Amino acid sequence: MERSLMKGNEALAEAAMRAGCKCFFGYPITPQTEISAYLAKKMAANGGLFLQAESEVAAINMVLGAASTGVRVMTSSSSPGISLKSEGISYIAGSDLPCVIINVQRGGPGLGGIQPSQADYWQATKGLGHGDFHVLVYAPASVQEMVDVVVKAFDKADEYRMPAMILADGILGQMMEPVTFPEIEAKNGDKPWAADGHKNKREHNIINSLYLQPDVLEKSVVDRYEKYKKIEETEADAESYLCEDAEIVVCAFGATARVAKSTVNQAREKGIKAGLFRPKTVWPFPAKQLQEASKNAKTLLSVEMSMGQMIDDIKLAINCSKPVEFFGRTGGVIPKPTEILDEIVRLGGAK
Amino acid sequence: MTYEIVLAGFGGQGVLFAGKVIAYAGLVDGKEVSWLPSYGPEMRGGTANCSVCVSDEPIGSPLILEPAILMALNTPSFEKFIDTVPAGGKVFVDSSMVDVTTDRTDIDVFYVPATELASQNGMNGMANIILLGKMMKETGMFDLPQIEAGLKKTIPPRKANLLDANINAIKLGMSN
Repeated sequence: MERSLMKGNEALAEAAMRAGCKCFFGYPITPQTEISAYLAKKMAANGGLFLQAESEVAAINMVLGAASTGVRVMTSSSSPGISLKSEGISYIAGSDLPCVIINVQRGGPGLGGIQPSQADYWQATKGLGHGDFHVLVYAPASVQEMVDVVVKAFDKADEYRMPAMILADGILGQMMEPVTFPEIEAKNGDKPWAADGHKNKREHNIINSLYLQPDVLEKSVVDRYEKYKKIEETEADAESYLCEDAEIVVCAFGATARVAKSTVNQAREKGIKAGLFRPKTVWPFPAKQLQEASKNAKTLLSVEMSMGQMIDDIKLAINCSKPVEFFGRTGGVIPKPTEILDEIVRLGGAK
Repeated sequence: MTYEIVLAGFGGQGVLFAGKVIAYAGLVDGKEVSWLPSYGPEMRGGTANCSVCVSDEPIGSPLILEPAILMALNTPSFEKFIDTVPAGGKVFVDSSMVDVTTDRTDIDVFYVPATELASQNGMNGMANIILLGKMMKETGMFDLPQIEAGLKKTIPPRKANLLDANINAIKLGMSN
């Protein structure tokens, strides 16, 4: 397969199209605008629809409408824009509709900055809108994975009839790396629930998230949680690197995991038994995989581009059985390998 | 072998383009490569830079904080990055544009009047490529056919007529 050099944003957009995405609704915001720009050029020629909405709120509601008809649909934004979309995402989850949402994170809160960040971890995994619901959250760490996870996200969103999010960051969106496109089958899946015209041959399909009777609403939520339970058992995914004998397990996702991996290698050269645990899904969090990866660890170290939003999930995954330390930079500052190494040496090397 | 490079200058001088040529040459050569631009409020006349990594190994951080190879096309970029170059590093300076020098003796600095060379040789706007040629010669990163392959991939089809001029600019840089 031919390797080409692409920005993460563009590779993701190309992969979405190849995976059968027929509608894209977006609104520009740095550092994800290349997704919109790429699809603006290519979507129509591929038999799809590209539309720049008048706002993020409009875009996500267009996603709700398109998803209701059963087509594969995607939207993309960066942190402040995702906050604006959160009401619509809750509606989509409450309507049991599949869609793919991209968040190429930047520094926050507020308008924040435009440099890379991971400070939307809590938002993505715990509270992407009002009400009891989850979305599948994938955390790619390379341009190749931007391709691979978007294909998977469309498949899983269809399979479970729920939104799937790609939680990327400004580094992954902006950087160019070699990428290959595997054979991707443009699918749409069988969607007997879609409101796509009954042609007098079946009952109306109704897409709705309003249930005024509490017991009916409760049942719809409880049913959804049955689905979430199954997803937690089957869809959690992670990479373990040199964890087998690791005394200090560094936990990091996304672009931060790349920096952490280099640092783990440097620590090994110093004779420190360090390993890297990288969640590839952050909801569901790969708890069982982390238990296994950290079984010989004395200490865990969470490294994030935030003030430490993944620590709680790490502690829960191991039932607080070991100390979980933290090192992070935030506001758009990327952690340096040297400062992570200093932290590893301080925690794991002092024997 | 791993090359860690920062290219910096004014927006419009072609630092992102020169970085892409290196990355594409690495791609064609089967290397691992990464290219990360500074992004943000940069515009024509503002400052721009990119980090490029070419390696036989998978690349960790694409952001290069201590470039062993630096290309500086203007004075602000030279001043910003010159002290980030580790000992033994190689620095390529467009001395037509950069009016300062460094006292450092632990690095090799090549002052090439690239903008002047460009205008003397009918290559206006190709100071970046002349300096890239010099970089290839002094670092041995890629030979002429390899960097030509990188140029072919980087130059968009609608500008294919500029390929020969770019190759000549590389050659001029290599001979200086």
